[in-house]
Order: sequence, then C-alpha cells, then structure tokens
Amino acid sequence: MNSAASRVLGVLRSREMGILLAFVLVVVVSTIKNPGFVFSKDGWHDLLITPSILVVVAVGQAIVIITRNVDLSVGSMLGLSAYLAGTIFVKYPSIPWQLVFLIGLAFGALLGLINGALVGYGRVPAMVITLGTLYAYRGINVAWTGSNRINADQIPRGLQSIGNNSILGIPILTIIAMVVLLVAAWYMRNMRSGREMYAIGSEPDAAELYGLAKRRRVISAFVVSGAMSGLAGVLYTARYATINSQAGFGFELDAIGAAVIGGVAIVGGSGTVVGAAIGAFLLYTINRALPVIGIPDFWQKAVVGAMILGAIVLDRVLAVRQSRKLRETKEVAA
Amino acid sequence: MSTVSTEVVKTYSDYGRPLWRRILFTREMAIVVLLIVVLVVASIQLPRFATAITVTNLLLDVTPILLISLTMAPVMITGDIDLSVGSMVGLSSVVVGLLTHSGWSIPSAGLVAILVGAVGGMVNGLLVTRFGLPALAVTIGTLALYRGMAIGLLGTTAITGFDRTWTQLAKSKIGDTGIPSVMILFLILLAIFVVLLHFTSFGRGVYAIGLSKDAAAFSGIHVARTRVILFILSGAMSALAGVFYTLRFTTARGDNATGLELAVIAAVVLGGVSVFGGRGALHGVVAGVLLIGALSNALRLAGVTSDVINIITGVLLVLSVIAGSLMQWIQSRRVRPVTTTASA
Repeated sequence: MNSAASRVLGVLRSREMGILLAFVLVVVVSTIKNPGFVFSKDGWHDLLITPSILVVVAVGQAIVIITRNVDLSVGSMLGLSAYLAGTIFVKYPSIPWQLVFLIGLAFGALLGLINGALVGYGRVPAMVITLGTLYAYRGINVAWTGSNRINADQIPRGLQSIGNNSILGIPILTIIAMVVLLVAAWYMRNMRSGREMYAIGSEPDAAELYGLAKRRRVISAFVVSGAMSGLAGVLYTARYATINSQAGFGFELDAIGAAVIGGVAIVGGSGTVVGAAIGAFLLYTINRALPVIGIPDFWQKAVVGAMILGAIVLDRVLAVRQSRKLRETKEVAA
Repeated sequence: MSTVSTEVVKTYSDYGRPLWRRILFTREMAIVVLLIVVLVVASIQLPRFATAITVTNLLLDVTPILLISLTMAPVMITGDIDLSVGSMVGLSSVVVGLLTHSGWSIPSAGLVAILVGAVGGMVNGLLVTRFGLPALAVTIGTLALYRGMAIGLLGTTAITGFDRTWTQLAKSKIGDTGIPSVMILFLILLAIFVVLLHFTSFGRGVYAIGLSKDAAAFSGIHVARTRVILFILSGAMSALAGVFYTLRFTTARGDNATGLELAVIAAVVLGGVSVFGGRGALHGVVAGVLLIGALSNALRLAGVTSDVINIITGVLLVLSVIAGSLMQWIQSRRVRPVTTTASA
C-alpha cells in the first residue's frame, strides 16, 4: 500500500471521522425534517456561527486535557475578558477593534499563566487549582461588574458586524475559529513542543525522565487555554454585544464535553484539537436539532449527557481493543 | 558527607511525632482553628452575627453541602470524584415535586427520590469500575444527563404547595437555640459516617484504595465493590439533600442547586481531603463546609456584596492546597540530608 492510500485510510478510520459522521447525520436528518435547517439563510448562518465561540475555547481545553490536566476556569476567563472588552469600548469608543482582540488574547493568556504557574509550581491537581480560579475569576468579574450591564449601543458597529456578518456566506466568527483551529492543529501535529505535550499527557513520569520540560509545557498549555478563552470573550462581545457578570457561566462543561465527545481522552495523551472542534459543532448542533426532530428542547441537556457518556465508553472500548491488538502483534513478532 | 558516620542510628519511633502533635498539627486542625477564629472575630465585630437567626440561616444554607460532603469525602479519598451531585439534587427535587403533585405523601415521595439517587449513583459507580473510566469524565457526563432529565421532566415550570407540616419541619428549630432540627439528622448521619470511615475495615479500605488500588486489591480489599458502594451512597445522599432543598425552599424546579457540586468539592478539599486520594478526615471536611458558610455569612452581614465571597472561596481553595504542597516542600528540604546520605 502506498503512503497516500494508507493516509486516506488512516483518516477514514480515525476517531474524528466517527464524530464527523455523527455530525453529518444530525444535520442530514434535521434537514430532511426541515430543509430550512441548512438551506435557509438563517439556518446556514446559525449552523456555522453557533458553535464558533465554543470551538475556540474547546481548542484550548483540548490542548490542556492532552497534557493530562483540565481547565475548569475557561468560562470565568471568557466572562472576564468579555467584560474587559466591553469596558474598553465604553471608555475609549474610538479604539480600533483589532487592538481589543490583542488585549483580550493577552489578558486571557495572563489569567491562564496564573493557572499554569499554580499548577506547575504548586504540584496540585489542575482540577483543584482551576476550580479555585473558576470561583476567583468569576468573583472578580461580579465584584467589578456588579449589576452593571454593557448594552449593544455601547459596542462599536464595526465589532458587531464582525460578530454577525459573513464573507462569501461564511460567518466571520466561524472563519476566525477555523484559523485558530488550523494553527493549533498544525502546531500540535508538527511542532516538537506540540508532540511533547502528547508525550507528557500519556506518561508524565516517563516524559520527565526523558528530559522533557514538563512544567514549561504544562504552563504553556494553560496559557494557550487562557488566551483562547480571552479571544472567545472578545468574540462573545462581538456576537452578543450585551454583557453582564454572568457571561460564559457554565461554559467549562460545554468545552470539556466538546473535547471529550471529540475523542480527546480525559486521561491525556490522545485526541486532536480537530476532534474537539467537531465535538463542539456536534454538541451545539444537537441542541438546535432536537426541536426540529420533534424532541422538546427541555431534553437537550440529557441528550448531551448521554452523548458524553457514549463517547467515553466508545473511546475506552476502542483503546482496549487497540492495546489487545498491539499485544497480539508483539506476540507474533516474538 | 563525612558527618554521615557520626550520625546516631535512629529507630522508627524517633522519627514519629508524639500523639498530641499528630492530632494538633494537621491540615484538619488548621481548618478547625481557622473556623473558630472566623466565628470569634465575626461575633465580636458584627453584633448581628451571634444571634439565633443568623445561626439558623447559616446552618440551613449549608445543610445540603454538609450532607453531600459526608459522601463526597470518602468518594474523593478513594481517588474518585462525583460531579453529578448538584444535578442529582435537582433531579431528586423534581421527583419529589412530581410525585407529591400526583398525590403521594412527602415521606414516600422522598423515599422514591432517594432510591432514584441510589440508582443514579450506581450508574456512576458501574461505569467507573466496569469500564475502567475516570470518575471525572463519567460524572461530567451524568452531571449533564441527570440535570437534563430533571429539566426534561419538569420543563421550566416549578411545583409549589407542599404539605406545610413537612416544609415547616424542614425549617423548624430546636427550642430557642436557633439550631435547625435538620441538624439532628445531619449529626446522626455524621456519626454513622465517622464510624464507617474511621473505625471500620471498610473505612480503612477506602483509604487504602486511595493510596494504591493495586496494593489494596492485593491485600484483599474489594476495590470495585467499595467504589460502587460509595457512589451509591453519594447519589442517595445527594437525593436526600434534594428532598431537604425542595422542602426548605418549598419549590421543586429542574434547575435547583445548579453548580452545587463545585461548592461541595471546594469545601471538601479545603477541609483537607486530597484530590489524589488516600487523605482526609471528616472533622476537617465539616469544618471546611462551615468555614466557607460562616465566612460568606459574616461578610454578607458586614455589607460585603455576596459575590465577593466567590473570590474568597476560590482564593481560600487555592491557598489551602498550595499551603499543603508548600509544607511538603519545606519538610522534604528538612529531611533531605538524611535521605541523600541514605541513597548515596
């Protein structure tokens, strides 16, 4: 078999393909029931734009989970960054929005750096640290915002058009999310430091013995996750333009859910950011598809839960089968 | 290095600490002391703090967290975690609401709800042990699933109008003390769990599993069975907390107690239970829950907006775990000369 054919086969057999098929199935079934699901202007727009912000956050989350950590504070970081972006526009209405994107990224990265430094130097599980910062960041947000609320008329038109307009039929938010996704996917696949994150996640002790800079990689994973949440916060401001202190509340579960459904093993070391992104699309599209299919949308969350459980059981079964296969080939070779 | 030869050989007991130090200088005691400090300072500084009504509200507010922390602690000591507790409170609340709405009495509806909780916990436990899945991932899934079932069953409506005798009982106090009667139930359960965790072989098994599952299995502990039992207890206890929650606020809603799991875990970790498993004690856990409750109550009385409490909860949680590793680091530096010579 030549390399191109085996590569195609590999892509077809990959875990991401299964999720992609599930996503396509959901879209096809919904479209048969109601053609407007894809073929109306709004339907197409919603299909692409709804998961876009989650894609950005899920990419960061996936990188953190791949290093065998978890970031529960993404929703709080998103909220804080969204409010910061809103406040900047209220105080300096003439500020170029490009600059606010950079500020959001940098601010998120700073919050992520705090998480990463605490995890890296505190030698405490990421879950506890980020649970703490989930509270702390949200608390800072609430203390800062109070009952204040930033409204659409305070956000520049330019930014709002980024949040809602399309280029060639594709929402700008989706394009931004895809660019982020492609860069992250390329980095995790080809760069040495990206591969090291997989090594650290699949066996932290071995990675350290091998001489990998475990602490630095883990910290940078958290910085990336923070930066993505910060960017997502600005995107949130662009899309919704009304921000209160609860923006992004509970987002951490969606992000972890998207990553897990997309085949990023919660124990680290396997999965891809592309999978997490498809997971994000599947998660939010299911939400919109249920009413179309005829299930009351109150049941959305239950379906999401069942999907997460299904995905992790499937992952486990596949992993067990693969390790058995590996053992058999080893025995044959011996 | 030349000092090695002159070192007197010490026996094991020389390295051990005397009993009183082992009891006093612990993570748990630090939290207990911190709790007492907060209570004393708040009572002196805030005239309205040490009143019956504050005591009532404080204890009623923390009761669901107190109840669930009794089972969350052993679950976490085995190295597992149960994120679905808040959703189970909601589901149980909905079950109680729907059943009483169709004519059931509160006790029988409550029993069914607790049974539902036990089944939900068993699902968690079996998924974790049978498939070898991480508890974190499983219970994130059931967090969404159970909450989804609660919202699916009831939609956005709320069921009110429960039997007044029971709703009054949930809020009733013991005499003039201001201590809610539900504390009696909690103290009975606390006694049961203290005995179970600290004075039975089952309890020793819980710690052994947390330290090393393989070693525990080799020493004859039923690892899978113990973990499933703990998940069942966790589900049933969350459902019990849900029954109380429903009666106290006299409403059954699908979104009752959203996010409660994080509050419980924060309190349990603050109380000294290690997330790696194998460590923790119930007096620390109870103190941890009361510390967060007392602190937020005192701050609210002091006029701090109730939301700043989030910051304090978070910072306290981070500091408490960091303090643990800081102490370990200092201790490892103190012991280091001995260990390096031993390995040399």
